[in-house]
Amino acid sequence: MSVLDYGYAVWAPIVWIVALIVIGAIVLIWRSRGRKDYKKGTTQSDIFLSGIKVPAEEQRHVKADNIYWGFFEALKGFYNVMMKPHTGIVNDYILWFVAVVAITVLILVLAQ
Amino acid sequence: MHYLVTHSPALIVALPLLAAFATPLISRAGPRVRNIFNLVVLGMTAFLVAILAVDVHAVGIRVYTFGATLPEMALPGGYTVPVRIMFEVDGMSIFMGIVITTVALAAFTYSLQFLKGQSGQPRFYSLMMLLYVGMMGLAFTGDMFNMFVFLEIASIAGTGLAAYRTRMADAVEGGFKYIVISAVSALMVLFAIGVLYAQYNVLSIAALAHYMDYTMLDMMALGLLAGAFVMKLAGVPLHMWAPDTYTVAPAGTTPMILAASYTSMYALYRVTFTLYGAHIDTRAIGWVVIIVGVLSMFIGVMMAVHQTDIKRMMAYHAISQGGYMLLGVGVGLAVIADPVALANYGRDAINGGIFHIINHVFYKAMLFMTAEAIFFRIGTRDTNKMGGLARNMKWTTAFYAIGALAISGIPPFNGFASKLLIYQAVLRFNPVLSAIAMFVSLVTLASFAKVFYSAFTGPEMPAYREVKEVPRSMIIGMGILAACIIFFGIFPGLVVDTIVAPATEALINQAAYINAVMGAVP
Repeated sequence: MSVLDYGYAVWAPIVWIVALIVIGAIVLIWRSRGRKDYKKGTTQSDIFLSGIKVPAEEQRHVKADNIYWGFFEALKGFYNVMMKPHTGIVNDYILWFVAVVAITVLILVLAQ
Repeated sequence: MHYLVTHSPALIVALPLLAAFATPLISRAGPRVRNIFNLVVLGMTAFLVAILAVDVHAVGIRVYTFGATLPEMALPGGYTVPVRIMFEVDGMSIFMGIVITTVALAAFTYSLQFLKGQSGQPRFYSLMMLLYVGMMGLAFTGDMFNMFVFLEIASIAGTGLAAYRTRMADAVEGGFKYIVISAVSALMVLFAIGVLYAQYNVLSIAALAHYMDYTMLDMMALGLLAGAFVMKLAGVPLHMWAPDTYTVAPAGTTPMILAASYTSMYALYRVTFTLYGAHIDTRAIGWVVIIVGVLSMFIGVMMAVHQTDIKRMMAYHAISQGGYMLLGVGVGLAVIADPVALANYGRDAINGGIFHIINHVFYKAMLFMTAEAIFFRIGTRDTNKMGGLARNMKWTTAFYAIGALAISGIPPFNGFASKLLIYQAVLRFNPVLSAIAMFVSLVTLASFAKVFYSAFTGPEMPAYREVKEVPRSMIIGMGILAACIIFFGIFPGLVVDTIVAPATEALINQAAYINAVMGAVP
């Protein structure tokens, strides 16, 4: 029931879950052997930036726009091309439909 | 019980239809009475879907002819063609029925608290019921004209729901775009049906498949049908309406409109495999489906990772995941004429594509609900303005994490099981396609990690210090889907053997669909 077996590959989620539980137990045991004199809520848990004043929460949190900046910068050309057809104008959507239907009928005729 | 099973195809559509018209009247007794009424009707319908599923999987195709002496009597006495309105429920139809009913139950439960205090609720629940009727009718119909009718019902109800928040200009715009593309699609479907009827004088899908000569006019009709259904399922390059509509629809509605898109995908499969399956060059058409699938996967995910509106990102991911389904089923269609390839990996590819429909609907519906849960509490969908929400919205965070891991294909969740089927089967057909599919999964994980970081983790924002978790019915709605995701992830073999493999067999076995109606007619 829990195994997906189709001849050339097998996937048994139960094995994966047992492995996760074993790894999780090892991690918890390892963590429990850490220092026990850590006090939450004291200066021990404050952010330290080499003495620099810690900015406010809104300034510290990396905004979604800035995440993967390098990826988007490298693919700027690709995204410039990609954004152009996404005009938001419904007339353009219908033009695409007409073009796709025409190409589909052409393919069907040529494939015959 | 036999009586219930025999009439279940009609009751499954009739009960919610009656409830849709009764809801405004029942609402006069109060919102609590209305909610209980709707949930009871949905519960009864779900029971009927379950007993019909057991019947179809045990006995075979269930035909229901409206107005006949016996519902199973497809051909009236002395006739060689079916003339009455007919439902024909095979493995693929009942699979879609199970998907749609489960999503409807979760969506209704979620909407109970989400819409509390908002005006127009009687109309909202009426339209939800009508949307459900449209989808179930489209999945069960055995004739082309009713395919058009139920497509229209689903489209019009979906439009009303998408534009429900009329105070928001973008909601009205999203609804407008949905009705335009839906109307164009439906009218092209109607034109294609007219072309087929003019040639063969029958509307029954089985009869049309039996008498099909595959003339030039039939090719034109297929082009129109395929184009219309690809636009309704938001396949690239006809996908651009989907982010506009999915983003603005209220939380309970987006999963239903999503299910409507995949019901259109079912209609596309019904037309290509069953109606035209014996005549088309399946290798060429299979490759067209594969290319649409690969484009949808790639362009959908690359647009998604760029978004900062959380629902818009999820809408692009819906397009991308639809590509996986098209890829799997497209590979199966491409090798359907080669018995060796079909046995080796073709069936597994179709199994993967179909399995992915139900998996995707579950986790995508849950993800949309988590996005609306955030909007419900903080009033924005812009991830640039979010942060630290995991502190106060623990359930929402947990459900988002489950959904994000499932959609990225991380084991042991359900997305991994269907994606593994697709990767392995497609690898044997063409390794490049499999590599593209895996790359798309990577970028999917990256985009959900981006939102998880920016919305849920990070320091506690002063503006969100007082934010609380969402109400219980919304958590229950998400919980139903999370339970399904985990169950399907742990028992994929059970799901594939019980409901997916019969659906695959139903698509491949065109003759069984035709014979269930036409019998021994030459």
